[in-house]
Amino acid sequence: MTKETVEKVVIFFAGDSGDGIQLTGSQFTNTAALYGNDLSTFPDFPAEIRAPQGTLAGVSGFQISFGSTEIFTPGDECDVLVVMNVAALKANINRLKKGGAIIVNTDGFDKRNLKLAGFDEDKNPLLDNSLSDYRVNEMNIIKLTRECLVDVSLGVKEKDRCKNMFVLGFVYWMYNRSLDHTIEFLNQKFKNKPDVLDANIRVLKAGYNFANTCEISSTRFEVKPAKMALGNYRNIMGNQATAIGLIAASQMSGLDLFYGSYPITPASDILHELAKHKNFGVRSFQAEDEIAAISACIGASFGGALGVTATSGPGIALKGEAIGLAFMLEIPLVIVNVQRGGPSTGLPTKTEQSDLLQAVYGRNGEAPVPVVSASTPSDCFESVMEACRIAIEHMTPVFFLSDGYIANGAEPWLYPQSKDLKKISVPMSKVNNTDYLPYKRNEKFVREWAIPGMSGLEHRVGGLEKENLTGNVSYDSNNHEFMVKTRAKKVDEIANYIPNQELDAGSKNAKVLVLGWGSTYGAIKTAVKELLNEGYSVAHTHLRYINPFPKNLESLIRKYDKVLIPEINNGQLIKLIRDKYVVDAIPMNKIQGIPFEAREIKNQIIELHDGE
Amino acid sequence: MENKEYTAKDFSSDQEVRWCPGCGDYSILKQVQSVMPLIGVPKENIVFISGIGCSSRFPYYMETFGMHSIHGRATAIASGLKAARPDLSVWIITGDGDSLSIGGNHLIHLLRRNFDTNILLFNNQIYGLTKGQYSPTSEKGKKTKSTPMGSIDHPFNPLALCIGADATFVARSMDRDPKHLREMLIRSNDHKGTSLLEIYQNCNVFNDGAFFGMTDKATKMNQTLFLENKKPLVFGENKDKGIRLEGFKPVIVSLNDFSLEDLWVHDENDRVKAGLLTRFFDADFPRPFGVFYCEKRPTYEDALVQQIEDAIEVKDKGDLDSLLKGSNTWTID
Repeated sequence: MTKETVEKVVIFFAGDSGDGIQLTGSQFTNTAALYGNDLSTFPDFPAEIRAPQGTLAGVSGFQISFGSTEIFTPGDECDVLVVMNVAALKANINRLKKGGAIIVNTDGFDKRNLKLAGFDEDKNPLLDNSLSDYRVNEMNIIKLTRECLVDVSLGVKEKDRCKNMFVLGFVYWMYNRSLDHTIEFLNQKFKNKPDVLDANIRVLKAGYNFANTCEISSTRFEVKPAKMALGNYRNIMGNQATAIGLIAASQMSGLDLFYGSYPITPASDILHELAKHKNFGVRSFQAEDEIAAISACIGASFGGALGVTATSGPGIALKGEAIGLAFMLEIPLVIVNVQRGGPSTGLPTKTEQSDLLQAVYGRNGEAPVPVVSASTPSDCFESVMEACRIAIEHMTPVFFLSDGYIANGAEPWLYPQSKDLKKISVPMSKVNNTDYLPYKRNEKFVREWAIPGMSGLEHRVGGLEKENLTGNVSYDSNNHEFMVKTRAKKVDEIANYIPNQELDAGSKNAKVLVLGWGSTYGAIKTAVKELLNEGYSVAHTHLRYINPFPKNLESLIRKYDKVLIPEINNGQLIKLIRDKYVVDAIPMNKIQGIPFEAREIKNQIIELHDGE
Repeated sequence: MENKEYTAKDFSSDQEVRWCPGCGDYSILKQVQSVMPLIGVPKENIVFISGIGCSSRFPYYMETFGMHSIHGRATAIASGLKAARPDLSVWIITGDGDSLSIGGNHLIHLLRRNFDTNILLFNNQIYGLTKGQYSPTSEKGKKTKSTPMGSIDHPFNPLALCIGADATFVARSMDRDPKHLREMLIRSNDHKGTSLLEIYQNCNVFNDGAFFGMTDKATKMNQTLFLENKKPLVFGENKDKGIRLEGFKPVIVSLNDFSLEDLWVHDENDRVKAGLLTRFFDADFPRPFGVFYCEKRPTYEDALVQQIEDAIEVKDKGDLDSLLKGSNTWTID
């Protein structure tokens, strides 16, 4: 047996959506994280919870890239493909690099599975030499799992359900990983089911030992811990970071968090996470529909809470009128959009960045709403806190944009301590303030907040146009124009309270600037880093604040001859940039429900760089 | 507790009331303002939330906190407000279009959740603000601008709908009976849970006389039935008619043939009989007014606060640093 040290590995786990692939992937992720690797993950699952077994539609996948070097994406090509059946192989073989390893559960390659995956019975890819470019490790995982549990009193179905642990144990051995974290996890998960617990641990160990003793896998790989910034780390997924960020914003502002939401993929996990933390005073409310969810948040904010609602594109479409109301009332409200493939129901479990224009423009009347976006799973934390800060300090609804890719993706997070977090100041009026006028504004054009219970400050607000200062209903034409412009100025003014746009990599004299936003960060970062190492003249800047843009954005992008804007949509940020700055930026678009690969961006930059 | 400091005038805002002259809304506003000093709540703790429609201008005229929101959503907004602020007295002003058409979904969910709020449903059986289209409570065959050949919609029976949604308090009153209306407003306020008070309100511009038979001297005694708890169901010009239950079938009888002991005795806590009463909805039976049904059931906001307290009891008050840290961490040094 040989032992080989490698810098970076990409593994793709694939199987039926009932095979426990996501759990296998996330266990491997946590173990790699605890070991000290840098990593990035990308779960890829079908929209159906249990699509027909053995079919291509039912394949669930989980990709992880981990290494001793910095990792910014789940990787372009895979080094290892783990497949539980032939459909999983067929759906994902194109992800595997030439010479890569395939770990095959042969039980998933029988006649039935071949037929379900659309193969002729006699065209078994394990037998027809079509995999000769790869190193194939075959094992009958079902048989091995059952043999390992032969003296256990569980039913066959329950035994078979342990098969993902066999795979996990096998891969742990390949990468020289400890089983401790997963055993601890199983102890928690099955603490009330001792026989299931015992079976899972036995199968996990059996997989590990099988890899050790059998001869199919002759190489063991070492991926050393990454050299990362000093400090304390944890592993985090985007939706989890969003939920924690909301609680942090509640604590930093002193406002109770009210979270109203209607279940929708891929945003529901934020609701699940927040519902676990009621001991932080979180009031989570599963509403009867998307409109009720945001309306309840408006009611809560009106009462002095921090109202937050989260959804995905279709839900935002339903919430539009209520966002306009919050804008008109000028109360704090955060609207989270975990974007997915659209339009309409679109691709619920796939990622896309196609709701940017909806966030910026999608309301009746002149109703500009600030937009903040997150670029990585852990960045959701800080970005959503910023969205809350702007909402509260500037008394306005704010959009926070995440997407399916970063919401479900994971990475190590150098987590902060509460003492390092910025306080959020609440523009609350004072009881019996005799000068109080509901729509009198400070130098930021922000009105003072008076909530029920504050004696002497009783007043009425509503969606009808308001008279300046008093907030009384007004149909006066000049007042309307004044108020429309004042509300717009209030949002523009926020540019003075956000940081300037900085370069993420490269110099101000570079030939090409890559301007990104949201979850394209990792792919752009990887591409630009490699190109800089190769001597190309390229720079990268990544937007968190999209409305308003940072004050210096125009001067920054004007320094470059060529500005490339990669987006997972048909060109949305580029419309805003062209409109606002009349800069002829160059679009790069992918609309396949999956993220960019770094090499795609790299090739595009090279083409621009070397072209005229 | 009665708050002696307030008079009805203290609840009148400085805004000019702009309903059509003769609108039933004026009377309702007046009764609400006169009841407010009696409920014993400091006015800064009172909130009126409305949707869209003629009646929904109501909050502008009340010297309390208020929100004139968007069409159909007052019930949902009030739910969030009450969840965040259980200490407030929350009143929802809505109409038949607002609560039964565009906002129907939120109404039934508010009722089943039982937030302690008071819904005043102004039912004028017409869309007034949009100038006279039929509403979900308009009678079938109604000729309006949008139904020149008569409407073909079967109308909602609002109280039957609310009983069906497991409302814990269901009552009916009308604009033209100030005394009864005040009584019902106080009962609504006193009920802990969602109170649904339907108020028949005359739109003298687009649907004048919709409830004429129930308000006109000549007919009202025969066409109305005023419910009183533990009292037999008696009505008629000379209190000479009653309602008997024959099995589950209500029957109108003459008190010449039957005595009071033979009649159906109203029981506010009987859901099945309340359901039957809501079905007194056609010309054969007098229309009931008063409290149909009243039930004690825990409110949503109390259960929500209880869960927070329980969570703190079990896990201690949330510590942000341990949340940030999570359960699996490693250090690079």
